[in-house]
Amino acid sequence: MNYDAIAVTVSQLNSYIKDKIAEDEALNAVVVKGEISNFKNHYTGHLYFTLKDEKSLIKCIMFKSYAERLDFELKDGMKVMVFGSVSVFERDGVYQIYVKAVKKDGIGDLYAAYEKMKAKLEEEGLFDEQYKKKIPLKPDVIGVLTSETGSVIRDIINVSTRRNPKTYIRLFPVPVQGSGAAEKIANGIRVMNEKNLADVIILARGGGSLEDLWPFNEEIVARAIYNSEIPIISAVGHETDFTIADFVADLRAPTPSAAAELANPDIYELKNKISTYNERMRISLKRKLEFMKLRYEKCISSVVFKDPLKKINDNYVELDRIIKLMENFIVSKIKETKLIFAQKVARLDNLSPLKTLTRGYCLTEKEGKIINSKKDLKTGDEIEIKFFDGNQNAKII
Amino acid sequence: MKENKFEDKMEELESIVKELENGEMNLDESLLKFEEGMKLSKECNKILSDAEKKVTILLEKDGELEEEDFNIN
Repeated sequence: MNYDAIAVTVSQLNSYIKDKIAEDEALNAVVVKGEISNFKNHYTGHLYFTLKDEKSLIKCIMFKSYAERLDFELKDGMKVMVFGSVSVFERDGVYQIYVKAVKKDGIGDLYAAYEKMKAKLEEEGLFDEQYKKKIPLKPDVIGVLTSETGSVIRDIINVSTRRNPKTYIRLFPVPVQGSGAAEKIANGIRVMNEKNLADVIILARGGGSLEDLWPFNEEIVARAIYNSEIPIISAVGHETDFTIADFVADLRAPTPSAAAELANPDIYELKNKISTYNERMRISLKRKLEFMKLRYEKCISSVVFKDPLKKINDNYVELDRIIKLMENFIVSKIKETKLIFAQKVARLDNLSPLKTLTRGYCLTEKEGKIINSKKDLKTGDEIEIKFFDGNQNAKII
Repeated sequence: MKENKFEDKMEELESIVKELENGEMNLDESLLKFEEGMKLSKECNKILSDAEKKVTILLEKDGELEEEDFNIN
C-alpha cells in the first residue's frame, strides 16, 4: 500500500479536525462547568486557564475583549461555568474552549447553605433581640477584627479619629476570606473576650462575592459572636449584603465607616451635651432661688412682718376694753349695793331705840346696865335716865 | 473592659438635670443636687479630655499577644 498517497500533513489533520468541530453546532456554543486551575493573566490582557473536574481537564482562553467584561477576577480553585465555543488551536494541535463569558458556579449551593444555616440559627434564637447587647456610649477601647491591609481598617481609623480625635483602636488582624478565615475570626472574638481587650468590637470586611463573604456565614463565627460578652457591631460587605454574622451581631452597620460612626461617639456633640446640661442646671437653680426670693418677699411684706406690734396693740386695746367693762360693772355693782345698804339702814334706823326715845320713851341704866324690871332697883339706887336728847341722873325714893 | 463609668455618669447627670428642672425639691436639696451635677459634668469632661489617641495592632509572638502601634501608611 502506498501510504504516501494517503498521508496528510499535521497541519492538514489539525485543519480537518478544526473544520469538523466548527461544523458541530453543539460545540459552537457550549456551557461548561468546572474548577479553574493554571490561571494566567497574560500581559496582553488575554486570560489562560484550564477547567477541570475530578477526571478530566480542558484548556481555556478568554480574549481581552471578553475578559474586560468580567465583573470579578478569576482565580485558581474557583468553580465556574464558562460560555463559549470549542475550537482547535492548530499550531499546538489542541482543542480548547474560547471563552466569551464566565459565571460563578455553586452560587446556588451557597445560597441554599446560607438559607439553611440562617434558618437553623434563627430557630435556635441566636438572632433574638433579647440577646442584643447595648453598644456603649463611649467605649474606652474599640476592638477591630479585620484585615490589617486594605481600605476597611483605614476607613475605620479615619472615621473614628474624625468623631473622636482621642479614640483608642485595637486591631486584631484576621483573614477575611478563604479557608481557615472563619476559624481565625471566631478565635479573635474569643481572645478579645478572654483577655478583655475591648469595650466594643467592630467585625468588618469590604465588599465581595458571596464566596468571599462566606466566612461570615459560617456557624463557628455566628456562635463566637453570640457568645461574646463584648458587644459586636458587624459591617460585612456592602449595604445590600446580609451575612449571618450581621444577624447575630448586636448591631449591624451597612459599611465599615458606618460601624466606626456607631462605635465612636461624636466627642464634640458629647461635650456640647454636657455644657447644655450645665446650663440647664444653672437655669433651674436660678429659677428656684428666684422663686424662694419671691416667697420670702411675700412673707416679709405680710402684716406680721410689716407691723409686728399691731397684733399686740390690738390685744392691748381689747384688754383695755374688757378692763373698762369690768370696771364699769364693778362700779355699778358697788353703787347698787350702796343703795340697797342705805335703804336697809333707813329701815333699821326707824327701829332703833333712839328713834323710840323721841316718841317719849326713856331708858333706865344702873351702872351702865339697862334696867328692865323694877325688881332690879331699890330705894336709894342712883340711876341714869336716857332721853332722846340727853341723860338725867336720878335717885329712887 | 470595666463598667462604663462615662455612660453611668452621663445618665446620672441627666437625671439630676431633670430633677432640678422638675423643681419639687427644697432649696437645700436643690443646692446639693446642683453641686453633684456640676461635679459629674466636670468628671465627664475630664474623661473625654484625658483620653489619648491610640491605634494599635495585636500580634501573636511566641504564643503571647503583643500590642504594637499600628500605622496604616
